[in-house]
Amino acid sequence: MSLLKLSASALAIAAVTAGAAEARDNIQVAGSSTVLPYASIVAEAFGENFDFPTPVIESGGSSAGLKRFCEGLGENTIDIANASRAIRERELKVCAENGVTDIIEVRFGYDGIVFASDINGNAFEFTPTHWYKAMSDKLVVDGATVDNPYTMWNEIDPALPAQEIQAYVPGTKHGTREVFEDKVILAGCKETGDFDTFKAALDGDKKAAKHACIALRTDGRAVDIDGDYTETLARVDANKAGIGVFGLAFYENNTDRLQVATMGGVAPTTETISTGDYPVSRPLYFYIKKAHLDVVPGLAEFAAFFVADEIAGPDGPLAQYGLVADPDLEATQAVVANQSTMNGM
Amino acid sequence: MTDTHDGSVARPSLIQPDTRTRRRNAAEARFRACGLAAVVIGLICLAGLLGAIVMNGAGAFQQTFIHLSVHLDPAKLDKKGNRDIEDIKKVSTFGYAPLVQAALLQAVQDHGIDTPLTRAKDVKHLISASAPAQVRDYVVANPDQIGTTVTFRVLASSRVDGYIKGRVTREDVARDKNISVEQLDLADALVDAGVIAKTFNTGFILGADASESRPEQAGIGVAMLGSFFMMLVVLGLSLPISVAASIYLEEFAPRNRLTDLIEVNISNLAAVPSIVYGILGLAVFIQFAHLPQSAPLVGGLVLTLMTLPTIIIATRASLKSVPPSIRDAALGVGASRMQSVLHHVLPLAMPGILTGTIIGLAQALGETAPLLLIGMMGYVATNYPGGLASGFFDPNSAMPAQIYEWAKRADPAYYERAWGGIIILMVFLLAMNIIAIILRRRFEQRW
Repeated sequence: MSLLKLSASALAIAAVTAGAAEARDNIQVAGSSTVLPYASIVAEAFGENFDFPTPVIESGGSSAGLKRFCEGLGENTIDIANASRAIRERELKVCAENGVTDIIEVRFGYDGIVFASDINGNAFEFTPTHWYKAMSDKLVVDGATVDNPYTMWNEIDPALPAQEIQAYVPGTKHGTREVFEDKVILAGCKETGDFDTFKAALDGDKKAAKHACIALRTDGRAVDIDGDYTETLARVDANKAGIGVFGLAFYENNTDRLQVATMGGVAPTTETISTGDYPVSRPLYFYIKKAHLDVVPGLAEFAAFFVADEIAGPDGPLAQYGLVADPDLEATQAVVANQSTMNGM
Repeated sequence: MTDTHDGSVARPSLIQPDTRTRRRNAAEARFRACGLAAVVIGLICLAGLLGAIVMNGAGAFQQTFIHLSVHLDPAKLDKKGNRDIEDIKKVSTFGYAPLVQAALLQAVQDHGIDTPLTRAKDVKHLISASAPAQVRDYVVANPDQIGTTVTFRVLASSRVDGYIKGRVTREDVARDKNISVEQLDLADALVDAGVIAKTFNTGFILGADASESRPEQAGIGVAMLGSFFMMLVVLGLSLPISVAASIYLEEFAPRNRLTDLIEVNISNLAAVPSIVYGILGLAVFIQFAHLPQSAPLVGGLVLTLMTLPTIIIATRASLKSVPPSIRDAALGVGASRMQSVLHHVLPLAMPGILTGTIIGLAQALGETAPLLLIGMMGYVATNYPGGLASGFFDPNSAMPAQIYEWAKRADPAYYERAWGGIIILMVFLLAMNIIAIILRRRFEQRW
């Protein structure tokens, strides 16, 4: 009987301690794996310079983070969601349904997206049109819509090297995918005029034409990578003809294995991205629950510290790591200082 | 007699094997060769795996340090000059960075090293970003030392560390904006001068996780504590529950459809993929019971669910292996059934139960998938738990989760740390398995 008693008491202890879980005193953050490195750098410096515990930062993707963000208010939910894209209307609705109404949107900088291949392979000079023609499922050739016929890069443009088309692109759960579709594939689609052809064929339906543009080929030449950039790097390592889509910061940490391609004649650097010359970049955000600001100790300080000049400015550690500093950082600092929410409250 | 009578049938020789025997012998030889080949392939794979782990991970146990005499300038650290700790705390780590860089420049001068790098900005990349924090912690703890010159042992940056270890080569850094060839030359000169030295890396074994920009500071210590607290929960819950369940099922329960069903279910549960337990844990413990996220308690509860079937199966097997004669003898001299179980059967089955438990624990220790879902993955293992309750409830990671996290990070130095973490995890698993073997050898009874 003693064993039964023992297990019963163990269960009881577990139940009691569970009930006694105290108020949370650390900041909980979750979301984009692109933002994670930056957030972790800020969190580390925050822990060092303030008397608050170091915030906990989880990754898992922008969508997953925003989903958890919108689950509701309270200790059991996260305080901040990191996102490599702006929050969507649909997500705001879910948030509002769960009582998360006052959200502060903080844009803290930009991230460049680069196209890189093996260091010992061919060098590439791309334009969005090249990528559209290489990746799209259907193309317009001589006025007729056909399945993508290209297998070599030099078939698209004789100036490109004679290399098999093989690309590793971010999977659909990544915020990076959206940028890749909008700024590269769709841009190429419009440049070639295929967008108008699709639109005409679809009775002027812009949305359907866009979907026709960004549908990627499914014959194995465009591979979705649902994991992180390390997985993309491993794929490029294994297949030297492969071209991967990476974040600028990731590329800058692996310059010994990767070479970067230009886009529209511009090489990606923090300078060309901040001036807008390099076309493929996107803003990075984090979202704060205003209701948590007074409850979770250090949350307001953390948000202000994140966007301070010495952290997110052009000479701060985030820019050092690969972030393109927001030229409009002052406005962001004002948003955080005034706790201005998205609905203007 | 019959074969001598009929001369057409050859007499089978005992010495010369006939065709059929030869064929059978050949088949046996082939069969044995196949088995041997399988063993050899297995051993080669194991050797390759271990070799890869040791080769990739050994570097994590060494770390490059810079010895610096930092002048704690009162003009920078205590502008008001009143030594008020609150005022001193207002100087952030960004205020300390120039002091550390100046100290390195001073060391370069003192040793008469000829280098084109003469500005603080040029030597910044040699020093880890953790150095200013280290100096600041010291000053906040000893404000009376402001104005003196104190010797610190600070971390070198991950690129310099990689260069000293041979992971980063001069060719690699041509396009690297985090380090230049001149800086590597300076690092070489400082090694000759004894300012930079490579030592055993206790920080890796005992330290906390670090951010992406300073892999040189990252350690697995906090995650190890997370694993430890999780194992406490697993041991404390799964051992009593599974022993009680097994004893009831094995010794007391009637054999009927219900117990058959339970038995089938336990076997099935043992085969359920561990990620399923993670989803269950998220739904039940976090969303329903409102336990804190990322807490080792929740991780332990999830792993308990995962380990229970394994331990129950092992316990039942060892209870079964106790001969019925023991029970009969106990009952025969007037013991109650409970006495026969607790006094005789259970002690005899104990070695088997403990072995099963340890192997179950080892399995739980190496499990990553369920932890993904309950928030133990990410930049989590940064604060040492402040006590027993904090160890169970405060956010933490676990060793395998930390290794996975490191493997994902951009800086190649983290890749080395991931392999180093695997070595530590393997040492733990090996130790647990050895304990299980010793227990079995020492206490197991055979009938």
